[in-house]
Amino acid sequence: MTSAISLDEQAVMPTAPRPARRSIAQLLPSRSPKLVVGLSIAGVIILWAIIGPLIVGNPNAISTSMFQTPGTAGHLLGTTQTGQDVWSQIAYGTRGSLIIGFSVGIISTVLSAIFGILGAYIGGALDETFALFTNIVLVIPGLPLVIVIGNYIPVNQRGLFLIAIVLALTGWAGSARVLRAVTLSVRNRDYVAASRVSGEKTWRILVVEILPNLIPVMASQFVFAMIFAILGEAGLSFLGLGASNSFTLGTILFQAYNDLALTQGAWWWFVPPGLVIALFGCALSLINFSIDEIINPKLRNSTRAVRKKWGLSPAQIRQLDEEQIK
Amino acid sequence: MPPGPGFVKESRTVQFYLKKLVFYVVALWAAVTLNFLIPRLMPGNPVDVLIAKMGATGQPVTRQTREALAIALGQGNSTNWFVQYGEYINNLVHGNLGVSIVDFPASVTTVISQALPWTICLIGLSTLISFLLGIGLGVLAGWKRGSWLDNLIPVTTMFQAVPYFWLALILVLLLTRLTHFFPFAGGYNVYGGLVPGFTPQFIGSAVYYGFLPALTIVLSSVGGWMLGMRNMMVSTLSEDYILTAEAKGLKPSRVRLTYAARNAVLPSLSGFAISLGFVVAGSIVTEEVFSYPGIGQLLWTAVSNDDYALMQGIFLVISVSVLVANLVVDLLYALIDPRTRARS
Repeated sequence: MTSAISLDEQAVMPTAPRPARRSIAQLLPSRSPKLVVGLSIAGVIILWAIIGPLIVGNPNAISTSMFQTPGTAGHLLGTTQTGQDVWSQIAYGTRGSLIIGFSVGIISTVLSAIFGILGAYIGGALDETFALFTNIVLVIPGLPLVIVIGNYIPVNQRGLFLIAIVLALTGWAGSARVLRAVTLSVRNRDYVAASRVSGEKTWRILVVEILPNLIPVMASQFVFAMIFAILGEAGLSFLGLGASNSFTLGTILFQAYNDLALTQGAWWWFVPPGLVIALFGCALSLINFSIDEIINPKLRNSTRAVRKKWGLSPAQIRQLDEEQIK
Repeated sequence: MPPGPGFVKESRTVQFYLKKLVFYVVALWAAVTLNFLIPRLMPGNPVDVLIAKMGATGQPVTRQTREALAIALGQGNSTNWFVQYGEYINNLVHGNLGVSIVDFPASVTTVISQALPWTICLIGLSTLISFLLGIGLGVLAGWKRGSWLDNLIPVTTMFQAVPYFWLALILVLLLTRLTHFFPFAGGYNVYGGLVPGFTPQFIGSAVYYGFLPALTIVLSSVGGWMLGMRNMMVSTLSEDYILTAEAKGLKPSRVRLTYAARNAVLPSLSGFAISLGFVVAGSIVTEEVFSYPGIGQLLWTAVSNDDYALMQGIFLVISVSVLVANLVVDLLYALIDPRTRARS
């Protein structure tokens, strides 16, 4: 019952806290075309990864119609060397790659939060140790390490999630360093000191006072980790060290390359998987751009597109440009 | 007598460099130890893997084979990890990384030393080109916000979201298969009777063969530098000291470079480690596509032939090279930003 009441209260209240709502609306860059385009492309690809495998045929089904060009005999994107349908493979591959992307995003965000935020907030020897550890992980090259680890894991144990864990373990350090820097600057602000003086508990200061300020940065790091993971997995799979018995966009590219799609000119086999990765990565980058513009308003205020919205005439905009640009 | 300000400044500088050096020694130790631990912590035993492979191909497998393999892979007779670690470090100090299976009986050190110059030239040069190009374009894009160059940035970041090796595949398809502008494999013209050396013919051939791999790396990595630099330029340009510099009537080019760009480039340098990781990862796979005779190609050969000694040697060499590159960038950072020296 209590939850229902609190919900009702929120429903009744909107007339009073209008400024609060407006500030949330300001925080969300709803009119940013970058965000809209990014979210739409990412949304379509995520939706396809969920629904696609349910409606396409078996990606492993081989047939005698090999190296069919796109559009022939029910094969929307042609067939592979063994007559498998590329379109079905891509549906499954997109799902595999996205599972890896999301898992790595979550794991490495948690890891970077522990090493970045916690260390920086508590400070002292713990912070020094965490920072040193983070920097060491950062300078040790990730993919070669993943390749070495991947090669020691027997093929039958090399599942999607294991690959995700290995990628996350080598990829969290960059975000941890960014989060540490932001946390250090937030924890020294006056309002944090005020809540400390007023006797708030440590965890409460961390969760209620500091964490909300870090959410945009964490979101952007999450998106970054996803791009890193999908690209890393593709590279790993391309070297033949990817997840066994599951489709990812990387394993499709690996098969295409090894079955001489390049020499056969079977572009429909290796161009689309890369395009999906590129599109998804691009969409995530666009989302990251708009998050950056929330974090750093300087990036958002001075573009030509924004100036147009001020209702100035083209001549005035040109003049403004010339004043700003020498 | 208290030391003068010059002395304090100097000791701080020394302290800064000392601190950096200590960090890189610790990082080196971590990489070396990791390299030692991975084979011992992983479920798969390389000896078992090789024995299984030999059995599958019908080669005779005896107890002696197993022991010989264990010794060849550096597992030795001792089961004590501390003794093994001591042996491992001792071997490393003497440059002994074991024997390669792929190029038996060549030592891992020899095999790697043949491939390393190719990779260092390729990655080193293309990273340098990409860094300078990206920073330069970023300065211009940030200076002229909203210009066509600035609007180009989303396009360049799209290249960044593309897997390196896929871009390489596309370039191979377009420029070597459909049109025959470039050779599709190798590091130089092997059939032309060229001998590696500092002859103009050889260098010309190496540049011609290395052009596409380098183009792949530059295209994929330039966007990141450009975006980072552009954003920092925009932030820096709104600082008060830029306004002061303008008010003083300084030349725009001076404001742009000495006042804005020098400050804006710092985060790009401190983020160099992250970016370099990406470049190295991408280049390893790119080399495979172009059959470039470098470390990446070698790593792939080692992986596909279960050559564990070679693989670990390569990991070590890549780690050390990356550490050295980061050290150089850190020292450069201190050179550009005197505050780091003063503060430490």
